[in-house]
Parts: sequence; C-alpha cells; structure tokens
Amino acid sequence: MLANAAQYELSQSGDRLTVHASGRWTVETAPNCDGHLSGDVADLDYKHVDYDLTKVEELDTAGAYLLARAIRLGREPAHSWAVAAGSDGQRLLMNVAAEATLGKAPPKERQWYDTLSRIGEATMHFWTETVETLAFLGQFFVVLLRCIRHPSKFRWKSIIALIEKVGLDAAPIVMVLSFFIGAVIAYMGANLLASFGASVFMVDLVGFSILRELAVIITAILLAGRSDSAFTAQIGAMKMRQEIDAMTVMGLDKFEVLVVPRALACLVAMPILTFLAMMSGLFGGMLVAWTGAADVSPSLFLARLNDVVDINNFWVGMVKTPFFGLIIAIIGCRQGLAVTGSVESLGERVTKSVVQAIFAVIFVNAIFALIFYQLGV
Amino acid sequence: MIELDYSAPPVEARSILTQFGDNIVHENLNFRLNHGEIIGLVGGSGTGKTVLMNTLLGLREPDGGVVRFFGQDRQKLSVNERAKVDNEMGVLFQGGALFSSMTVRQNIMVPLREHTDLSVPLMRELADMKIHMVGLPPEAATLYPADLSGGMRKRAGLARSLALDPKLLFLDEPTAGLDPIGATAFDELILGLRDALDLTVLMITHDLDTLFAICDRVAVLVDKCIAVSDNLENVMAYDHPWIREYFGGARARAALGAGK
Repeated sequence: MLANAAQYELSQSGDRLTVHASGRWTVETAPNCDGHLSGDVADLDYKHVDYDLTKVEELDTAGAYLLARAIRLGREPAHSWAVAAGSDGQRLLMNVAAEATLGKAPPKERQWYDTLSRIGEATMHFWTETVETLAFLGQFFVVLLRCIRHPSKFRWKSIIALIEKVGLDAAPIVMVLSFFIGAVIAYMGANLLASFGASVFMVDLVGFSILRELAVIITAILLAGRSDSAFTAQIGAMKMRQEIDAMTVMGLDKFEVLVVPRALACLVAMPILTFLAMMSGLFGGMLVAWTGAADVSPSLFLARLNDVVDINNFWVGMVKTPFFGLIIAIIGCRQGLAVTGSVESLGERVTKSVVQAIFAVIFVNAIFALIFYQLGV
Repeated sequence: MIELDYSAPPVEARSILTQFGDNIVHENLNFRLNHGEIIGLVGGSGTGKTVLMNTLLGLREPDGGVVRFFGQDRQKLSVNERAKVDNEMGVLFQGGALFSSMTVRQNIMVPLREHTDLSVPLMRELADMKIHMVGLPPEAATLYPADLSGGMRKRAGLARSLALDPKLLFLDEPTAGLDPIGATAFDELILGLRDALDLTVLMITHDLDTLFAICDRVAVLVDKCIAVSDNLENVMAYDHPWIREYFGGARARAALGAGK
C-alpha cells in the first residue's frame, strides 16, 4: 500500500505555487499525510495555487480536502486556485472541497462558560416549570368546578376505567412492597431495641412509621412511577398524533376529557391504596415480630398497637393521600400535554414527569411533617 | 481481502424471492444498477419497495436468489469482506435516521470514527465539509436532530451517508415531506453530488418531478417483480395497466410538462 500512498511535490514561481500530487488521496491514506502539506506550505508566500492531479490514482473528498488546505494555510490565504491538469471528476471534487475550506472555520462545540450557562438555564427552567405547573393546577380547578356545577360533564366511564387501572391493578404491587418495608422495619427495630431489652417497642416503631409516613410515601412513589409515567406517555402519544388538536377542533375540552378523569381517579385510588399499604405493612411487621426477631405474638402486637399508637397517626397518613394523588395526576397530565412532535420529547417528558412527581411528593410530605409537628399531632 | 471490481455493476440482484409466511412479496425479481446512473424505483404502496431496498442493502437476507455487489455474492463474503462492501454503500433512510443523542457533526463523524484512523480534528473538518456539501449552514454542525426541520434532517442524513465516500447511494423517498422548492433543491443536490463524487444512486420515490428531472432510468415494481427498467420514454410506453395509470394521470402529465 505504501507504494501508492499520497505523495506530492511543491514548486513555486513568483506568486504561483504548484502542487504536483500523486498516489492515492483517499480517506484510507489521509491519516498518514494529515498535516504534511499544510505544514510545508505554512512558510510559503503565494497568491495562487495550481494543482497538477494527473498522477493521482484515486481521489475522494477527504483527499481533496487535504489538498485544498494549501489554498487556505499559506502565510496568507491564496486569492485563487485552479486545477491545471486533472480529470473532470477531480476538478469537481476539488471545487467542492475548496468551497468548504474557503468557508468559515468550524465553530467550536464547547465553550468554557458552558457550565455557567447550563446552570443558568437549569435555574430558569426550574422556575418556569414551577410556574407552569401551578398555572396548570389553577386551570384544572377551574374546569373541575365547572364540571361540579354541571355533573353531566363528568366522564364516569373513563373515570371508573382509570380507577381500575390506577387503583385496582396497582393494589398487589403496593401491598407486596409495603409488606416488605414493614418486615424490614420490624427486623431493624428488633435488632436495635433488643440491646436495650425493649424489643416490644418495635410495635411502636412499625406502627408509627408505617401509618404516618411509609405506607403513603411508598404508595405515592409507586403511583408516580407507574401511573404518572403512563399518563404522560398516553397523553404525549395522543399529542404527537395530533389527537389533542383534533379534540380541540371538535370543541372538546382537553382538561375535561383527559385531565379531570385522571385526577379524580388518582384522588379515589390513592387513599384506598394507602389504606391497603398500611394494612399489609403492619401485617409484615407483625409476622416478623412473631416468627422472626422477637417473640411478640400477634395478639400482643395488636394489643400494644391499640394502646400506644393513636388513631391520629392513621389520619395523619390518610390526610396526605388526596394531595399526593392530585400532584401525581396533574404533573403526569401536564408533562403529557407539553410533548411536542418529536419522539425524543416524549421520552424526555416522561422522565421529567416521574422525577418531578417524586420530587413534589417528597417535598410536600416534608411540608406536612412540619405542619403536623407544629400542631403537635 | 477481496479487491472489489469497480467495473462490474455495483448491484445486481438475480431471481430474488421474498416472502413473509405465505405472502410472497417478490418472486423471480431481477434488477441491476449500472455504474454512475441514478435509478428511480417506483411501485404502488405495499409492493415491497422498502423491503427490496433492505434486501439490496443486506439488512434482510433474501429467501431465494443472489445479490451481487461489484460482482461479489454477498452471502459468500466473510464478515470483514462484507464490512468492506458495506463501506461502499451509503443510505438515507426515510426520516433521516440520525442518532438523536448526537449533534449533526457527531452523527457524520460516527462512520469516520468507526472505519478510519483519522485524527479527531481532521474528522471534524471533514464532517463540516460534508455539511457544507449538502447545503447546510455551518451552524447546523452543533445542532441536534430534534432542532432541525424535515428538509435539514434529510440533508444531514445525506451528509452522514456520504461520510465515507461511498460508491453507491440508496435513498428512501428523499423528497417526501419536502416542499416543492426544497424538493427541487434536493434533486439538484443529488445530481451535483453524483457528478462530483461519481456515485451510483438508487432512489425510491413517489415524486414524479424527481423522476422526470434527475433519473436516468426508472424501475417499476409491479406483480412481484421489476416489470420494466428503462429510460422514462420506454417505461411510459410500456404496456401494463398500472404503469399506464401511474404515468397517464394528470399529475404525471404536469410533471412531464415541467420536466421538459
């Protein structure tokens, strides 16, 4: 291959530089001669470049590009150039390559201040997302009130179907997850409290943590992962196929048709699921207390639960559920409606939707904790 | 390593059979691309134009028959030899098929990175040159496919397919979805590139203007095979009901008038 590698000779007379090229000037030979020609011409003064390509065996765009660098990379860029000898195809290729090199230098892909501008963009983005979500929430309530004034506007069929999907179908997984969480809490409590000889206090631990926080958080996070993403994907796909536009043109309100049923479904499903999660979490804790860690029989477990864990704790957990349900439905629907035409935006929005929903759930939960702490419940 | 015989027809398909279950799509299909020509492949919806292109590309093994590239039977080639043949082919898929996670420049650099030892700055410059060649503005280099319009996406896809200077270019409906001005510009671009880069082009198209303006030959896919493959006058004179209807409609007459 070396025999016909890309070679060249330079000859200069006055302002005219002639490049006598020979061999194969292709993308395969380019790595070996990249920079040679441009290095050789860097110290030369010339205003015109002539190319003699008669001995070139093969030329492609990469080779032509390397040759055409001579036009640009002399001490000063040459004013003109020509293919003094060569075939028509070679002339055309050189034309294409020279045009490209005579264009402006490639813009840099990255700048040093990119990090800063990205931080700025992210901050602005966070702000606009928050404002837009709140605006969406407002619009939802307006439509909801309108529906309440005219109950015939509720789409019961779709609400029931959604409750089945969001609630009933999620019940097994919610219960299983919560069962394991309850069991793990019981194990941890038993281990830690045994060193004080107070393993019976694990009942308090399981009762408080499951009822107040864990059951509702687990349910909300699961719903965010399961239903919120499904809402975004469904509505996003409809948006992509212009179904939403078709709906609007036909005079259907997208909030009435899509958002209200989903929000109501979550509003109904979330408390029920949370209740189931609480029960199975307590059951998991009770099973571990009985069989595994400490010798706390079910009857003792239940009796102690009755004594020490106030019913208020149950209500503290339950009162949060409608808020979380609404948050999940609203964020899912909003992100779905924000999908634009492209497939990339669908994926991006689904990710965003899940992240935002989980973030919002945990954030709102913290606010609730603060309020309950101040109220002393 | 094989040496490809560039004087042989770039692509030749002999008695191709394609079937999905009991549904025979192509039967005894013969087809041949000659060096340096632009062929338009036409056929009704569902006649398997894209399937045929995939077969020619090697994305799909034919259920019968042979496909030869530059005189080589594809199925008899080793993996490395196939890679060499594949590097001689560029494809523009219908939607551009750009990698959405990369900028246009990075997209064009993918084949260069994979198959050459060029330095990264040179690759970048070559990518920018390809961007210029297909008529995109230099700023397009750093944009992502999602930021491009349909026409720009096609141009970017074309730039990527030209990255390794293929001898053979496949285009799947290159002008579909473009406005008439954009479509005409794209036609001229293909024509110019063919002359500059010495390409052989096979394009699937429904655009009659394109057929009239730039195709040297038109191949018609009807009745499970290429019924006729000839210059436009002869194809239009061919006696087959579908072809008569295709070229006899008002749109075809208008395009013919414009083409002349």
